[in-house]
Amino acid sequence: MSKVKVLVGTKKGAFILTSDGKREQWDVAGPHFGGWEIYHLKGSPADPNRLYASQTSGWFGQTVQRSNDGGKTWEPVGNKFVYDGVAGTHQWYDGTAHPWEFKRVWHFEPSRTDPDTVYAGVEDAALFRSSDGGKTWQELPGLRGHGTGSHWQPGAGGLCLHTILLDPSDPQRIYIAISAAGAFRTDDGGQTWRPINRGLRSSHIPDPEAEIGHCVHRIAMHRARPGVLFMQKHWDVMRSDDAGDSWHEVSGNLPTDFGFVIDVHAHEPDTIYVVPIKSDSEHYPAEGKLRVYRSRTGGNEWEALTQGLPQSDCYVNVLRDAMAVDSLDSCGVYFGTTGGQVYASADAGDHWAPIVHDLPAVLSVEVQTLP
Amino acid sequence: MIRVVLPAHLRTLSRSGGEVELEVEGPVTQRSVLDALEARYPMLCGTIRDHVTQQRRPFVRFFACGEDLSHESPDAPLPAAVASGAEPFLLVGAIAGG
Repeated sequence: MSKVKVLVGTKKGAFILTSDGKREQWDVAGPHFGGWEIYHLKGSPADPNRLYASQTSGWFGQTVQRSNDGGKTWEPVGNKFVYDGVAGTHQWYDGTAHPWEFKRVWHFEPSRTDPDTVYAGVEDAALFRSSDGGKTWQELPGLRGHGTGSHWQPGAGGLCLHTILLDPSDPQRIYIAISAAGAFRTDDGGQTWRPINRGLRSSHIPDPEAEIGHCVHRIAMHRARPGVLFMQKHWDVMRSDDAGDSWHEVSGNLPTDFGFVIDVHAHEPDTIYVVPIKSDSEHYPAEGKLRVYRSRTGGNEWEALTQGLPQSDCYVNVLRDAMAVDSLDSCGVYFGTTGGQVYASADAGDHWAPIVHDLPAVLSVEVQTLP
Repeated sequence: MIRVVLPAHLRTLSRSGGEVELEVEGPVTQRSVLDALEARYPMLCGTIRDHVTQQRRPFVRFFACGEDLSHESPDAPLPAAVASGAEPFLLVGAIAGG
């Protein structure tokens, strides 16, 4: 029988939640790396026992942990992230030039085909790659060096590269997103990059339709239709039907189009999920009601999913990397909150229940569907 | 033999005990002690001092013999009691937060 493993990164450690295909009874393992911030952990599609975890600390900096047995045991691997060449400067919050400084890994994206190849999205924003299972890391400098890097400016959470999407149909194509620079694409395996932000409109920057400067919070795709992208921007839910060359808004009837997460149903490329958050200065759900919104039309028409979710006095946030789906026949949807709850739905969002409700603040949620 | 006491999180990371004993060749300084520590426990590279600049991480402090040596030169000799092993060299995670 199939098994589901939910990989949860929190402010104070990593947790691994495991269930059979029914997704009713859960085993909770952890904390791993107790007391450390675990920004993200993710398994290799090529070898589900190979996991990578980003372990960080304000005191002791970045450590990368790797597991070869599905998270039972871990070993620290390479943590040396050095920018290629002269690092240069980006814009600081006040508009002055600020030197590029490595702070932490926000996101790991393992290769679809090689367990030893993994990409790391880091703060200050850059993309690194390891081809030896995380022992050594090399920057893909064409991203920062393509021309606009010196104009990038951090979002409230820092200048972070938080989204990495590997095109399953074209190994040379990668999408990334940076707060608050925008979305970028390479078509040559990471050598050259270009901004893909046409159609985005952000009122908080001097030119609302600028080539860069947009605070993209998350991008998602369906593996069967990789040219169609869905984006949760700071404000606005957006869609692209041409691999990011242009975007149009699909916020439709959402009660607020601010938010962080967005994800796509495993089997229905036009079914997408967001968690609307009241505003950028009030990082909690509107009316104290935690509602996932689902569109079955690829955007614009949204329905609130509330069964099993708190509908009063709920003031948690759902951060950008904290939603994922499994690939079982009835698609499971999962998300974690800053209040330490991890909610699961085994029926594509119709009904929800907490797997755990008292973890440290959840930073990331990933799911592995295992045979 | 130089005795080094690590903060709890670095003990866990390095899977070492409460106190680490190190052989240090030549002058006993912050740099030579940390070089020996990182050679024994490579996973500590980057967690005490920056990989590139070798600067002490801001929230890591170096104490010995009741003194804060954090702002001493990394090449200054450590106290004789540390060099002789009578006193440990303490790596401390600074108190920060409420």
